Amino acid sequence: MKPVLRRRLPLLATSSLLVALFVGTGLCYDGFFSVRVVVNLLSDNATLGLLAAGMTLVIFSGGIDLSVGALAGLVSILVATLVEAHHVAPVTAAAIALVGCGLAGAGMGALVHHFRQPPFLITLAGLFLFRGCAYWLNTESVGITHPLFARLAGDAFEIAGHGIPIVALVLLAGLAIAWTLGHECRFGRNLLALGGNETSALLMGVPLGSTRIWVYALNSMFAGAAGLVGTVYTGSGNPSFGIGLELDAIAVVVIGGTMLTGGRGSVPGTFVGLLIFGTIQSAILFDGRLSPWWARIVVGGLLLAFILLQRFLVTRFAGRDGNSA
Amino acid sequence: MNDSLLRRVCRSPAVWPLAGILLLLAANLALKPAFARITILDGHLYGLPIDVLNHGAKILFVALGMTVVIATGGIDLSVGSIVAIAGATAAMIASHGVTSLPLIVGGALASGLAAGAINGLLVARLGVQPIVATLILMVSGRGIAQVLTDGQVLVIRQPGFDFLGNGFLLGLPFPAVLAMAAYAVAWTIRRRSAAALMIEAVGDNPAAARFAGLATDKIRVAAYVVSGLLAAVAGVMMAANIGAADSQRAGENLELDAIFAVVVGGTALEGGRFFLAGSFLGALLLQMLTTTLYNLGVPPAVAPVPKALLILAVCLAQSDRTRAWLSQLWRRSP
Repeated sequence: MKPVLRRRLPLLATSSLLVALFVGTGLCYDGFFSVRVVVNLLSDNATLGLLAAGMTLVIFSGGIDLSVGALAGLVSILVATLVEAHHVAPVTAAAIALVGCGLAGAGMGALVHHFRQPPFLITLAGLFLFRGCAYWLNTESVGITHPLFARLAGDAFEIAGHGIPIVALVLLAGLAIAWTLGHECRFGRNLLALGGNETSALLMGVPLGSTRIWVYALNSMFAGAAGLVGTVYTGSGNPSFGIGLELDAIAVVVIGGTMLTGGRGSVPGTFVGLLIFGTIQSAILFDGRLSPWWARIVVGGLLLAFILLQRFLVTRFAGRDGNSA
Repeated sequence: MNDSLLRRVCRSPAVWPLAGILLLLAANLALKPAFARITILDGHLYGLPIDVLNHGAKILFVALGMTVVIATGGIDLSVGSIVAIAGATAAMIASHGVTSLPLIVGGALASGLAAGAINGLLVARLGVQPIVATLILMVSGRGIAQVLTDGQVLVIRQPGFDFLGNGFLLGLPFPAVLAMAAYAVAWTIRRRSAAALMIEAVGDNPAAARFAGLATDKIRVAAYVVSGLLAAVAGVMMAANIGAADSQRAGENLELDAIFAVVVGGTALEGGRFFLAGSFLGALLLQMLTTTLYNLGVPPAVAPVPKALLILAVCLAQSDRTRAWLSQLWRRSP
């Protein structure tokens, strides 16, 4: 196999799966081939997409962040509380939330780097902490009456009679930022070097500490943005928002062809993985007979298939030994 | 003689969770003196310390399995989902008109065994990282449980089943007795057989263990199977406790509780060494903390906050960096 083709194989596999899945679903159910379905695919999964975009970068570095769903929930209820109960301007509230997220993420990154703790343990503790804090603020969801939120939940512009929601554009912007950071600048190359082999990254002069702390801070800010989008989309702040979303985000990233061991992956792949995830959910919704929980099982199965594909590629082509874990 | 005993106790990893339990007990007694009151009613013991044992039983079971898995250098994130699957399986069997208790419990335990075997095969045979391999079941397991119960909370009506969650044996709650028995069995195995040595060898250096002639793959699969089975036991107990299978909430965040109990008990996440007494006391410490918070009127939803802070504190305290820094400070000050 040609090297270029070999490197692109995960992305190719994911893309062909998406096309097959989409066409197959469209042939099975009437009305699936419509602009509305595609637009909804983007806006319904905007929160998940933003989480997955940030998660991709963290996984590039060989880390993982389980706290993002809880952080999105905390941002959701925090912003709603600030806007509704304390009459803070929505923009200020959003800025406070994002800066707070960045600091929280940097803190977790610092713990991971300086105290050499496993990322999943530190971020699992973060999951508990953020979720608990969210319930501390309010155990009930808070409806938002501020007119700006209603406007943001609407459409940005219309194309051929179909409105394009603002949240869908935010998702695309987030993915573009992640793509730029991950593939088009030095930060992304540092991340991949760090995820590939920490010792050689250090010897190459990659600033390990700042790279790691920055990637967790950035990821937490993506999670904060996801929380904001979710708040806008549902028109309310909810402390239980985003439960389990961290797992969906990781699944989307892996289905997109990013190696969970770090060092290899792609942001466009994550976007394709997100669309696959969304298509499965819409298909189950269109069917109407299946329990929505089947989506989790199918995603689990896909996760398994793609992880096995990765193992196969690593052991077969890359010439690494089998014990890279 | 006395000094060496004291030193040995101080060096034991179980001393930290024990100190934590005593500290919490003292705090509870100071705030609410009724905390330690144990009453005897109909020959059964009641009281908050008994509650800690009773509700801690599920963490005790899951932590025991997690100890074994972590000792082999792995991790099992899927235990919470396995708890939900086991409860759902029991409810599904019962809802099909099966009234035989062994069949209901056996089916639930078999589901745990199967789940553990899948984890084990992925890790040992296919060489998938433990976090990733068990993540698959963590994601899909709750979905499987929901599909089994059709997304509802299924009530289990079987007179004998209730005993597993709410019965009393020798005056103590049955789950607590069973959990202590499980630890006693595990401790005996550790003392009387080479099983523990093999597990630790695999966790310490898999290649060396393989060259020494150990069937490393089988040992690792066995560790995940044990973990799945014990998680299923916890799942049956939780279902029996509330008399229903709640696929949504059963075992939620239990994986973190179990990992925490194991880490607090002195078992390092890198594997290669494990401490049963440490995990036992670690699980009790966690339940003690939860009960204390309820007792003080902290809303259950907020209870994770102090738990998370405690986990972070313990992680930092056990980090080599902190120890090096502290020992430097110690050397400099006198």
